[in-house]
Amino acid sequence: MDQLSQHIANALILGGTYALLGIGLTLILGIMKVVNFTHGELYAFGGFMAYYFAAQLELNFFVSLALSIMLGILLGAMIERILLRRMRGADIDSTMIVMIGCWIAMQNFALLIWGGVAKSVPTPFPTEPLIIGPVAVSWLRVFVLFAAGGLILATYLLMHKSPLGKAMRATFQDRDTASLMGINVNAIYTATFALGSGLATAAGALLGPVFVVTTTMGNMAALKAFAIVILGGLGNIQGAAIGGFILAFAEELGSGYISSGYRDAMGFILIILVLMFKPTGLFATRGERIG
Amino acid sequence: MTQATQKKAILSIEHVAVHFGGLVAISDMTFDVKEGELLSLIGPNGAGKTTAFNVVTGFLRPTKGEVHFRGIPLHKLKPHEIASTGLVRTFQKTSLFTTNTVFENVLTGLHRHGNASSWATLLALPSMKREEAQLREKVWEILDFIGIAHRANELGGSLPYGEQRLLGVAVALAADPSMLLLDEPAAGMNPSETADFMALLAKIRKRGISILLVEHDMPLVMGVSDRIVVLNYGKIIANGTPAEIQANPEVIQAYLGQGVKHAAA
Amino acid sequence: MKNVWTIIILAVLLTVPLWLTDQYYLHIVITTGIFIVGAMSLNLLLGYTGQLSLGHIAFFGIGAYASALTSLGFNIPVFWSDEFRIIVEPSHPALGILIGTALAGLCGYIVGKLSFKIRGAYFVIVTVSFAEVVRLVALNWVDLTQGPLALSNIPPAGYNLPLLGEATFWAKTPNYYLVLALALLSYVLIRRIVHSRMGRAMIALRENESLATSIGIDVTRYLVFAAVMSAALAGAAGALYAHYIRIIDPDIFLFIYTVTMVIMVVTGGKGTLAGPIVGGIIFGILPVGLRTVAGPEVQWIVYGIAMILIVFFLPRGIVPAVVDWWYRRTGKAPTHTRTQPPSQDSGDGKTGSNWNGAASEAMLTSKALSRD
Repeated sequence: MDQLSQHIANALILGGTYALLGIGLTLILGIMKVVNFTHGELYAFGGFMAYYFAAQLELNFFVSLALSIMLGILLGAMIERILLRRMRGADIDSTMIVMIGCWIAMQNFALLIWGGVAKSVPTPFPTEPLIIGPVAVSWLRVFVLFAAGGLILATYLLMHKSPLGKAMRATFQDRDTASLMGINVNAIYTATFALGSGLATAAGALLGPVFVVTTTMGNMAALKAFAIVILGGLGNIQGAAIGGFILAFAEELGSGYISSGYRDAMGFILIILVLMFKPTGLFATRGERIG
Repeated sequence: MTQATQKKAILSIEHVAVHFGGLVAISDMTFDVKEGELLSLIGPNGAGKTTAFNVVTGFLRPTKGEVHFRGIPLHKLKPHEIASTGLVRTFQKTSLFTTNTVFENVLTGLHRHGNASSWATLLALPSMKREEAQLREKVWEILDFIGIAHRANELGGSLPYGEQRLLGVAVALAADPSMLLLDEPAAGMNPSETADFMALLAKIRKRGISILLVEHDMPLVMGVSDRIVVLNYGKIIANGTPAEIQANPEVIQAYLGQGVKHAAA
Repeated sequence: MKNVWTIIILAVLLTVPLWLTDQYYLHIVITTGIFIVGAMSLNLLLGYTGQLSLGHIAFFGIGAYASALTSLGFNIPVFWSDEFRIIVEPSHPALGILIGTALAGLCGYIVGKLSFKIRGAYFVIVTVSFAEVVRLVALNWVDLTQGPLALSNIPPAGYNLPLLGEATFWAKTPNYYLVLALALLSYVLIRRIVHSRMGRAMIALRENESLATSIGIDVTRYLVFAAVMSAALAGAAGALYAHYIRIIDPDIFLFIYTVTMVIMVVTGGKGTLAGPIVGGIIFGILPVGLRTVAGPEVQWIVYGIAMILIVFFLPRGIVPAVVDWWYRRTGKAPTHTRTQPPSQDSGDGKTGSNWNGAASEAMLTSKALSRD
């Protein structure tokens, strides 16, 4: 029973960051309809930026996180502006290939700069774990849980209560009308991609210190992000959030009780099952899919 | 009147209703197309014509009611099997393969005329090569019939709009229909092209092909139709000859209610 | 004109081992050839039929592992019981290649069937995930595949036939000819498919699926056929790879290899016969040329940027761009021409051609009415 509570605690913490990853991608894949192969790279970027600021520049940990996320947003905006705007009217495979090319270039660029050795990110938290009943969690993980939760909340508020969020939802519901109403559609696309990328960066910056930072960490993250988006339904933010937790639980409990080698396969198995039985995702709503 | 009632119905639509969630697109539609006739389906914008057309062509399953072609219920057929009964439809604007040449478009349309097996293809058997040659001959016959043979080697997407519509009809004809369902085939045609199209429709009818036409162009509709069915707010409000329809007060009301906008459509 | 070129190219290809004596370069040619078969097979599904199948390396790898395991034999416990074991004795590599091809084809069948339930972006994700799952299985099912320790000592290909005797392909030269044979066979088969009624159906389903359906094309059937052919050819290539390299590990299933084949197809020109070959040559040979100048990371950065630039500036790929330029310059594009004078149709339905009515009546009575 103790083991179970430990697994649950781990899953909750992991789920929070997975949710960030998934929400970011559902905005881009579900709403912008871009099969974003660079999502994993932004995740890795977050990890490396956290490492760079916290370990190499020895800045304050929280400042490092904030800087990483801001840079991630900027990077996302650049990618959209330079690569995607041209592909706006093109077919899905051409856009996909541009994204794959960008992903390859980014990952190898990272490999060139950082090398293949894993990096660890120093944190200011005490090393003894926090013990709550039968469960032991590190302070860092508790922080990660709250940070992730905070970012999810902030995203929700942004999408539903802010003018930008309203403009985003309007644009993706009916682009032409939104444009006629004075919304700068180009800017909205850039902002959406930047926001999605920023969330991926945040997930990487938060999980980097928990595990280690490697140049290939983005690959698995990307595939899991896709799994989460499918679980939750394309474009469905609440679905992606819940999907993130479902995946985390499947991984934790699956690897704990079934087989640890197949931990990463849990995501894919879930995708395949969901798509076979409920192709629109577990939480697909009839009407508005956005938010 | 006697001539029309003596002919059998080839396409019958019985008490069809289409509901999308809470929205009633079509409430109760019943009419038929007799063998060999040309029937036009008209109605103001938003009347439900597109939905009706999709139901009648087997592309949309009605919430209630049935559609029968030569006695066969359409909903029992898989989409690609509908053509094998002889019922072929065209599409608004996209009834062609834009990246293929005109020749290739019609050759593709002749799909049903061939039956070479996978093995015959992989082994390049003489029977397959003979069939290919025969199909290619047929393409020219169709292109001549429609009148676009001079465009044979041009890309479908690069043709002027009027000729793209003709190509769409050519592809549909290649599929060997006994009934054609044409979705706004004259859209984008100038008066001279429309007149040519009316002549083409006559040629097609001489081959015994029945036609259901959905159109906005009133002179065309009045000029070619044996009968006209008028749809408004998801219901049929009139069913008769062109003369009867033109004199029908409900029809006039339906169109006038839309304002002068329709006159230009 | 065309035939002269064909003879020249064939002559060159058939004599390669005679003049390319450097064993390293011959090795490059062989592996490039294997990847070209992979690219050609991917092109059939991705280029001609328009399906975004990005798990292609799975077929390749399944062919490789199936063939290797058939040749090596294996001895694995059934589930968690040690008493019941499945024991397979080693077989001749030729059988392995056939089994690898067939098993890959079967997976292609499943993918083909799936693609109708799962469309668009979902399908991409599923195919990528499928390859990842296979990789993880290969990694973890150590009893069968040796996992990360790799499956080694795979016997080389060969034959054992009544009249021709027995031979084992230890050297590079016979392997070259084996790969060449597969490449030529693949080319010929794919060419026959795409220039036929089946090929037209596949292209139609890619270009305008509703129109294809409305003229009677059974899109599921043609998509499944394309998927099976595509997977089987990739599986055959994988099997040859296993018997040539003679050691394989789960890394063979990495997404990067699918990406390599996608790059070859897309930059060469998807939906063209020569495209994957040109793309394969470029991206097979280029790494060799760049090796001295730049490390692998820089190479991949160059490939990534190249992919982007080609999509921006030569969206249909290199081969169509070159072909278009050639036609504009020489003014000679291929055209369809008649063999008989135009038919005279007086419009009364009695004279003129007789292209309608042929198929309908027979089909109508036999097929459609037989339903309930």
